[in-house]
Amino acid sequence: MLDNLTNRLAQVVKTLRGQARLTEDNIADMLREVRMALLEADVALPVVKDLMVRIKEKALGQEVVGSLTPGQALVGVVQQELALIMGGSQASLNFATQPPAIILMAGLQGAGKTTTVGKLAKYLKEKQRKKVLTVSCDVYRPAAIAQLQAVSAQAGAEFFPSSADQKPVDIALAAIDYAKRHYLDVLLVDTAGRITIDEQMMDEIRQLHAAIKPIETLFVVDAMLGQDAVNTARAFNEALPLTGVVLTKLDGDSRGGAALSVRHVTGAPIKFTGVGEKLGGLDEFHPERMASRILGMGDILSLVEEARAAVDEKAALDLAEKLRKGKGFDLNDFKEQMGQMRKMGGLSGLMDKMPAQFAQAAAQMQPGAPEKAMARVEGIINSMTPAERSNPDLIKAARKRRIAAGAGVQVQEVNRLLNQFEQMQKMMKQFSKGGIGKLMRGLGGLKGMKGMMPGG
Amino acid sequence: MFSFFKKSETPAETVATPVEAPKASWLSRLKAGLARTSSSLGSVFSLRKIDEELLEDLEATLLMADCGVEATQTLLAELRRRWKHDKLETGEQLRAALAEHLVKLLTPLQQPLVIDGHKPYIIMLSGVNGAGKTTSIGKLARHFQSQGKSVLLAAGDTFRAAAREQLVEWGNRNNVSVIAQDGGDPAAVAFDAISAAKARGIDVVMVDTAGRLPTQLHLMEEIAKVRRVIQKAEPSGPHEVLLVLDGNVGQNALAQLKAFDKAVGITGLIITKLDGTAKGGVIAAIARTHPKPLRFIGVGEGIEDLQPFMATEYVDALLATGNTGAAEAV
Ligand SMILES: Nc1nc2c(ncn2[C@@H]2O[C@H](COP(=O)(O)OP(=O)(O)OP(=O)(O)O)[C@@H](O)[C@H]2O)c(=O)[nH]1
Ligand SMILES: Nc1nc2c(ncn2[C@@H]2O[C@H](COP(=O)(O)OP(=O)(O)OP(=O)(O)O)[C@@H](O)[C@H]2O)c(=O)[nH]1
Ligand SMILES: [Mg+2]
Ligand SMILES: [Mg+2]
Repeated sequence: MLDNLTNRLAQVVKTLRGQARLTEDNIADMLREVRMALLEADVALPVVKDLMVRIKEKALGQEVVGSLTPGQALVGVVQQELALIMGGSQASLNFATQPPAIILMAGLQGAGKTTTVGKLAKYLKEKQRKKVLTVSCDVYRPAAIAQLQAVSAQAGAEFFPSSADQKPVDIALAAIDYAKRHYLDVLLVDTAGRITIDEQMMDEIRQLHAAIKPIETLFVVDAMLGQDAVNTARAFNEALPLTGVVLTKLDGDSRGGAALSVRHVTGAPIKFTGVGEKLGGLDEFHPERMASRILGMGDILSLVEEARAAVDEKAALDLAEKLRKGKGFDLNDFKEQMGQMRKMGGLSGLMDKMPAQFAQAAAQMQPGAPEKAMARVEGIINSMTPAERSNPDLIKAARKRRIAAGAGVQVQEVNRLLNQFEQMQKMMKQFSKGGIGKLMRGLGGLKGMKGMMPGG
Repeated sequence: MFSFFKKSETPAETVATPVEAPKASWLSRLKAGLARTSSSLGSVFSLRKIDEELLEDLEATLLMADCGVEATQTLLAELRRRWKHDKLETGEQLRAALAEHLVKLLTPLQQPLVIDGHKPYIIMLSGVNGAGKTTSIGKLARHFQSQGKSVLLAAGDTFRAAAREQLVEWGNRNNVSVIAQDGGDPAAVAFDAISAAKARGIDVVMVDTAGRLPTQLHLMEEIAKVRRVIQKAEPSGPHEVLLVLDGNVGQNALAQLKAFDKAVGITGLIITKLDGTAKGGVIAAIARTHPKPLRFIGVGEGIEDLQPFMATEYVDALLATGNTGAAEAV
């Protein structure tokens, strides 16, 4: 997870420093590393092969400018190329039709179709003020219809009932009829998961598509998918005219090479990404970030965004306000920040998304070490009285001993925490002066934590 | 080079004609699912002489089966050594050598789940979202009942919409009880189920859990708690902690295994969805770096679509030359 491309290339090109241009000679080994990195990220081999040709073409003759190393120059080329392939075409949903705009979902079993219908319903309702109807044509999976009913209710969307003894086409047509009569804007049609060699099931969805003529046919793909993503994507693309892709489970730590495979094979734009099981977890797709992620090079931008999303808005505003008023950032806030971090999936999760410099520091830690360190810090803060937390200056020798005993740590650890906290407090002040409170509220805690980790 | 992916050339019809006994029909289903790999491997080996190009094709095939860069390179290095050392000549000999290595690699994982020695025998299932946990419980219930065991299910997924209803439906299909609660505490459900199983003299309890990604640390803590509470209810339990892996998953499977192993101590694996085109080759990487018994494989959505893992059959299915696409050049 930490063997990101920049570092690996750095190994290869140590000897090349000072060369001004990427040439056949100096990039051969580096290209091999790029190939491996892509494969390890689950980009499908045929796609990798194709990419390598394009990357080589673009890289040759590229000048190595300024302080860049040839490795860094090549990474730049690779990253741009990946982003180019995944980005490009228009990625918003098309509603240019006589209402209801019908959106058909398709994909493998367990990809996240039903959940995504719920997320889309919420998104369309809240962000685009659409009147949304959902319907399930999954007459196979136990409780599939009940599941859609439940997520529709959570999303505040209208749900058209169906039952397992009906035919998918009949269900969908009845729902369209209902949507028309009730002047609904959008109809989201959920379908059963299917494997591509099940001819009967592929026929079923082909017929469903022909009967309802959706304006959008979204292919829902799990970001953890491996090499077979190319076969699956090709088969769905041959069966249905896909208009877009939804990449789910991006909140995990998979590198997500499937995004590249699917995009390469279908040509359909990635219109949304799924993060988390909650219905608010539907994001736009950012090709550059995805490119960095696939290359294992961290993604500070998503990190910031994730921090924003997970941080309790109110708590963040309170903190910002406090700082604005010039009131100090105290240990209560610090503790709060740690709770927020936990919500974000903990440090180990975050590490994966960090750029090389950070990840390298992290590499020296034991797995789970950051969480342990965090738990210790929390233990120390918990042993303090509220008064001590809001005014750490109170904490002198006797109190330190009491706190250390309470948390079951050495007094030095309490000292270290207080020192680090003080530094952080200073940093916070600077941030709030500089007016980047927004960035701070996500990352402030993180930077503070970094110093707290062994080896960090 | 993609000609062998075309539908007409894959023996998809074997799926629709399971004429033999259940076991054979599984093999044919697995083979049908793995057909793309098989046919490409078939075309790799056939009657060709061994040369660098053949080895490269072979590398491609292993990579595309999700074996991973590291495992593939190791296997290939081993084959290269055999080629020189044993003076192999034909592709077919190379195929046999590869099969031998794969079988050697995977055989240690072939350890069937034996549920004697405890009553109730407590099995906990874990895994990422949508991997196939709940469905596998439905299939396992059938499996254990066919061995004459009584089964009780615990609806430990108190989070996902209709997760409980889904498990209850599997309970109905098997005619077994499902313990569920209105409240939201999975550990409490597990505790209740174990108490109920003891009171009713049940043989096997299976505890379903909500899907979770290892990055969701609080959820990993939650599942660790479920395990602790199970142990509180029955100090000798849980007797088996299964990780369910989606056969479609790529290299992330390793990270999943490590994370769940750390949180709950994995004692066995199930790989699902091998009836599709995915090959589940990541099991080779798992066998090399983090071996755990592979108890069962999932080969469909039906109640019978679960089979004990057999290394030779799996490798056979993976490498079968068959008569499909063998003439095709890669
Ligand atoms: N962490 C995470 N979980 C997700 C995401 N999208 C879906 N899930 C979870 O993945 C699992 C499967 O999602 P479903 O929506 O049931 O998938 P499906 O494609 O409808 O499944 P079938 O109908 O059985 O084919 C559930 O546990 C969801 O909560 C996501 O973006 N992140
Ligand atoms: N083709 C095929 N589909 C399977 C197999 N096992 C499970 N599925 C399907 O995969 C989808 C997800 O299965 P579930 O059992 O709900 O997965 P889960 O791990 O319990 O999901 P969550 O509880 O949402 O995390 C369903 O549509 C199942 O029918 C298998 O072996 N083959
Ligand atoms: Mg569904
Ligand atoms: Mg489940």
